[in-house]
Amino acid sequence: MYRSHVLVCGGTGCTSSGSQEILQNLEQELKKNGLEDEIAIVKTGCHGLCAKGPIMVVYPDAVFYSEVKPEDVAEIVSEHLLKGRPVERLIYDENEPEESRVSLNDTNFYKKQTRIALRNCGVINPENIDEYIATRGYEALGKVLTEMTPDEVIQLILDSGLRGRGGAGFPTGLKWRFASGNRGNVQKYVCCNADEGDPGAFMDRSVLEGDPHVVLEAMAIAGYAIGSNQGYIYVRAEYPIAIERLRIAIGQAREYGLLGKDIFGTGFDFDIDLRLGAGAFVCGEETALMTSIEGNRGEPRPRPPFPAVKGLFGKPTILNNVETWANIPQIILNGPEWFSSVGTEKSKGTKVFALGGKINNTGLVEIPMGTTLRTVIEDIGGGIPGGKKFKAAQTGGPSGGCIPAEHFDIEIDYDNLLAIGSMMGSGGLIVMDEDNCMVDIAKFFLQFTVDESCGKCTPCRVGTKRMLEILDKITEGKGTMEDLTTLEDLAYYIKESALCGLGQTAPNPVLSTLRYFRDEYEAHIKEKKCPAGVCKSLINFYIDPDKCKGCTLCARNCPANAIKGEVRNPHVIDIEKCVKCGTCMDNCKFGAIIKK
Amino acid sequence: MKSLEELKAIREKMQGQVGFRSENEDGTRVVVGMATCGIASGARPVLNELVKQVNDRKLTDVAVTQTGCIGLCQYEPIVEVYKPGEEKVTYVKMTADKAVEVLEKHVLGGTVVEDYTLNKIKL
Ligand SMILES: Cc1cc2nc3c(=O)[nH]c(=O)nc-3n(C[C@H](O)[C@H](O)[C@H](O)COP(=O)(O)O)c2cc1C
Ligand code: SF4
Ligand code: SF4
Repeated sequence: MYRSHVLVCGGTGCTSSGSQEILQNLEQELKKNGLEDEIAIVKTGCHGLCAKGPIMVVYPDAVFYSEVKPEDVAEIVSEHLLKGRPVERLIYDENEPEESRVSLNDTNFYKKQTRIALRNCGVINPENIDEYIATRGYEALGKVLTEMTPDEVIQLILDSGLRGRGGAGFPTGLKWRFASGNRGNVQKYVCCNADEGDPGAFMDRSVLEGDPHVVLEAMAIAGYAIGSNQGYIYVRAEYPIAIERLRIAIGQAREYGLLGKDIFGTGFDFDIDLRLGAGAFVCGEETALMTSIEGNRGEPRPRPPFPAVKGLFGKPTILNNVETWANIPQIILNGPEWFSSVGTEKSKGTKVFALGGKINNTGLVEIPMGTTLRTVIEDIGGGIPGGKKFKAAQTGGPSGGCIPAEHFDIEIDYDNLLAIGSMMGSGGLIVMDEDNCMVDIAKFFLQFTVDESCGKCTPCRVGTKRMLEILDKITEGKGTMEDLTTLEDLAYYIKESALCGLGQTAPNPVLSTLRYFRDEYEAHIKEKKCPAGVCKSLINFYIDPDKCKGCTLCARNCPANAIKGEVRNPHVIDIEKCVKCGTCMDNCKFGAIIKK
Repeated sequence: MKSLEELKAIREKMQGQVGFRSENEDGTRVVVGMATCGIASGARPVLNELVKQVNDRKLTDVAVTQTGCIGLCQYEPIVEVYKPGEEKVTYVKMTADKAVEVLEKHVLGGTVVEDYTLNKIKL
């Protein structure tokens, strides 16, 4: 019996910042102090606060250590675990030293979150099925198999109001109902979309790494609901930790008979296999994903027929996103009313976001639908570094759009985001400040879609390329006002005529930045200026002779040898030679370098 | 897994392991619920006060320990008193002051402080 549990994050973020070595040291130190029978080490999935990793949490007192180094472990063991005195200097304190915060649930980062999909992430050992069972795991599966009819299960999911978390927000119960006809007479499939191609997103990876069994349990529940005995998880090969944990989880579930034949003695059979994707963005699209599982090149095909009618191997199929799955067992156990009491009128429950860009707490957060962007950025995200001004947030990645400062108080849900020209997307949330150029941002996302277009249809293959060329022209100061009209025309044509969601949504980042930041586009065209100072063709570096002390630091660091000047005399930049790398600006201690 | 009972058995076995308990079989054990719910409603000062009092009074046969969620979150902070050979008494909605009263009257004096017990408050 252990008196205390030490949770060490084994998510991808913390693993890359050294949590493996911490685990090893911890084992050694516990042994050295004779504590190995008193204190349990639990390797968990992601805690969400990846920017402050590696993370370590000590229970029962829930002391939250951040940025732990391997050499700190000895102190934590001898002080905290042995003598019960938490190591203050390592406790995460949100820059508010006056209130000594020790419990993780007291931090703003966690206080404003509601954890349903991420409930077990960072809490249980994902490689031990017993720990999942201890948190009521597989109880929902047991309940539906022994107490509910398949139609009752579908009705319950419909009543909860759950909508797909993979981007489009389609009602999950409805999708299941479409595929539910003719149970027992036709082969059907249940698929999980773990392709997660949105740049900067890692919600699904964290669920798979932190709580893999929840996805297995949910898929089995859906198998019972629609009458399927086989599931596939399509996961990108770039997620080695997630894949490994899924393999372990599937093996353990089979061993316990929670997957396989005659589950809970009810006669229901269900099994799950993994299929690895090579990481093409288009393979996250449902028809391309199924084509890829079939062993063919991952290209979309026209819909209808929809997968519920003709999906994988031509059979009725449902496909849901990892996060969608992660909500299902909780909804079954706690009831649809419980779930629909969280969120807004048309968007129930929570949404997980991967916070990135210009924000202090980069990481993973789960918020009730209807939380304002302000709360997410200022309270949970800890604001923007360096006291810079918020400019916009991009949601929905390359398919989405930006939310400008004028909508800072928007309540985040599916419909509100659509109304302002963005979308919920799968959960990437990239924060931009005054130093980001919105034309450059639009170009970044369009470059991504141009690279990822599968090339099957012309509007997307050629159209997005033409749009990118125009953006290139504009950022080089060669654009004309007519180009803006062409850009908008092209955008509408592509949206109307592309074959799949990738092409249909590719123009969105351009359209939404044009809508809110048209003045920035015009500044590039008319004044040949990049207001944020990002587009290299439109900026030059100068030295202010009044501020320059002639310290020679810039000249010594310039990679292009573009700075001339005598010691203790003002220096000058040769604009012809300057490659605009900005090194001089970063180095100058007197603020003498000007960019304009 | 052929039945729900099997699942339940694993769950119960595991929950025991996940709860935190110290093993002082002889003396009185005073257990403070220190899960999220308990800490959020103020279990930390209760625990600290108990530890301090026991320390100050040099009570060697009283062990103050922590536990996880007892499952009665709306009644937190919860303090449970286990006296050897007696039924466990569950005190709810505790404060540091109430805890000291329980320590004096029940743990040392032997009389249960009925007013603060779960049964009393639930009725
Ligand atoms: C280009 C493209 C990429 C997509 N990538 C993903 C993805 O990585 N993960 C995902 O769950 N859904 C992705 N989707 C959405 C899926 O097609 C599908 O709508 C979703 O997996 C359905 O699950 P849900 O109803 O649970 O959201 C993508 C769609 C498009 C058009
Ligand atoms: S829209 Fe783009 S990604 Fe989709 S089928 Fe056409 S070319 Fe391929
Ligand atoms: S911007 Fe770079 S290349 Fe230009 S002067 Fe400064 S250091 Fe030299």
